[in-house]
Amino acid sequence: MQEFLEFTLGGLAVGMIYAAIALSLVLIWRGTRILNYSQGGMAMFTTYVALIVINHTGNYWEGFAVALASGLVLGAVLERAVIRPIENKPPLNAVIVTIGILVFLEGLAGIIYGGQFRSFPPAFSIVGLTIGSTALGISRDDLFTAAAVLAASLLLALLFRYTSVGLRLRATAFNANVARLLGVRIGRVLTLGWALAGLIGALAGVLVTPSTFLYPNSMDSIFVLGFTAAVIGGLESPLGAVVGGLILGVVLSYAGGYLGSDLVPIFGLGALMLVLMIRPSGLFSTTAVRRV
Amino acid sequence: MTLARHLGAALLVAVVLLVLTLRVGPFRDYQIAEVAAYVTAVAGLTYLIGLSGQISIGHGAFMAVGAYAAALLLLHLHWPLELVFAASAVAGAAAGGILGVAAARLRGPYLAGATLMLAVALPSIADKYAGVFGGDQGLSVTITTPAWLGVTFPPTRWLAWVTCAAALITLVLLANLGRGRTGRDWRALRDNEIAAELSGLNVARLRILAFVVSSACAGLGGALLAVVTNIVSPGAFTLALSISVLTAAILGGLGSLAGAVWGSLVLVFVPTYVTDVATSHGLSSGASSNVPIAAYGVVLIAVMLLFPSGIQGGLRRLLGPVAPAASGPLNALRRRGPASEKQEEGTT
Repeated sequence: MQEFLEFTLGGLAVGMIYAAIALSLVLIWRGTRILNYSQGGMAMFTTYVALIVINHTGNYWEGFAVALASGLVLGAVLERAVIRPIENKPPLNAVIVTIGILVFLEGLAGIIYGGQFRSFPPAFSIVGLTIGSTALGISRDDLFTAAAVLAASLLLALLFRYTSVGLRLRATAFNANVARLLGVRIGRVLTLGWALAGLIGALAGVLVTPSTFLYPNSMDSIFVLGFTAAVIGGLESPLGAVVGGLILGVVLSYAGGYLGSDLVPIFGLGALMLVLMIRPSGLFSTTAVRRV
Repeated sequence: MTLARHLGAALLVAVVLLVLTLRVGPFRDYQIAEVAAYVTAVAGLTYLIGLSGQISIGHGAFMAVGAYAAALLLLHLHWPLELVFAASAVAGAAAGGILGVAAARLRGPYLAGATLMLAVALPSIADKYAGVFGGDQGLSVTITTPAWLGVTFPPTRWLAWVTCAAALITLVLLANLGRGRTGRDWRALRDNEIAAELSGLNVARLRILAFVVSSACAGLGGALLAVVTNIVSPGAFTLALSISVLTAAILGGLGSLAGAVWGSLVLVFVPTYVTDVATSHGLSSGASSNVPIAAYGVVLIAVMLLFPSGIQGGLRRLLGPVAPAASGPLNALRRRGPASEKQEEGTT
């Protein structure tokens, strides 16, 4: 029972990270029908920026803020510079361009910062919390992670629901041509979508890196699992992304805890294939997979 | 007729390669062997993406399957080399078949995601069952030069011969497949899946077949790479390998076998060159080993933005009088087709 509690709470904490990555993927997918394979690379890069600021100023929160801001800028710049020209091309072109961005960012990080592993400070203590004598398997920092991702998701939900910018974002996701006819500046909306995704990805990077070390490939496996979470959730629905992230986090935590941590990637693959076999377009998807 | 032409071309290339390997030193022989190994894998991938319109980001996983199969067979059963290569192709095909069956219902990003996850997940099996697969250390793969060549015959030249022979056979088989009925069906599938289905093609079977053929090539390519590098380890079959194979296929020109050769040449020769240039411009060795990676990224983006048909497409535009007529009407049709189904632009 003790173990079960630890694995569940620990899984939920990790799941929050997957949820954040999944959320950033969904943001871009809804707007542009592009799957951003460079999301992990972008998060890795902004985390390096945060580390430099933290080392320079000694203040964690300045680094945190700079990471989020640089994620915002990076997302917008990438959309304008390399995504815009391929927006109406076949989907494969976009897949390859975003993989190109990923490889480029990882190479660039290696050139600028070197390949060695660096430790990244957590926001709060990483000592496990206990209630009485029962260990919970999570720390203050995990609580902060969960709170930060939940707050970001909530803010996004409010933005989408109650602001005119959010209405434009939803209209563009629903039907770009109709939105354009109604006077929405599609180009700006898409840039905003990428910027927001960059911000959420940067948040995930800063939150997860204390437990993984920072190196040019540090976000690869996190990204793959976040992607899996997004696919499980159905790529369309932000809520699905969060739920998918949490499900995946808990499942992998049980698999790693009870069956051995070596097989976690295999179970990730198994979970992904299982969901896709049952529902080829994810659990929360509402639109048809194939458009005739 | 086509078969004869392909065989003739292969024979010509074989003679050229034979002369080349006899004239160059061991290091160049080694690089030629490396190119041949990559060509085999890239040729399969370029067919999968360029002809059947499905994407695999995790082709390194199939290469790993073939490489481990070859290593185990050589290590424990001491099979002759040609049987080992055939078996590794079969092992790759089996893995691809399993994924293909699972993936036949998947489209676009979902398929890409499944293959991506496969590439990340598979190496962890080697760590888990370290007793069989040698864990992080991997397994060593050694082949011996046959006795009839004499003891002074350079082993790298034998490697180059073996790998080039395997690559050429693969290319001839693929060229015939692509020219024949199956290739035509794949193109129809790629250009408009619904139209293909209405014309009576078995879409699911064709998609799975494309995966089987392509991963058989990847399995063989992996086995060749294992023989060339003398070792099979999880560290050799990372996501980075999958991405470099994909880069080669795209850079060369999707769907084109000649493009697979160009792409593989770039893959082997350019990184060492770029690293040397970076080092000579004062970058530390750690930093300059990352320059080719960043360059890959730039190349992927630039190719897609500027010349999506790759090197072979560019050459064809420069040298050839007109584009092949077969792709014309289909291209026009595809432009009007539904946006969500298209995988890539016709580049054959």
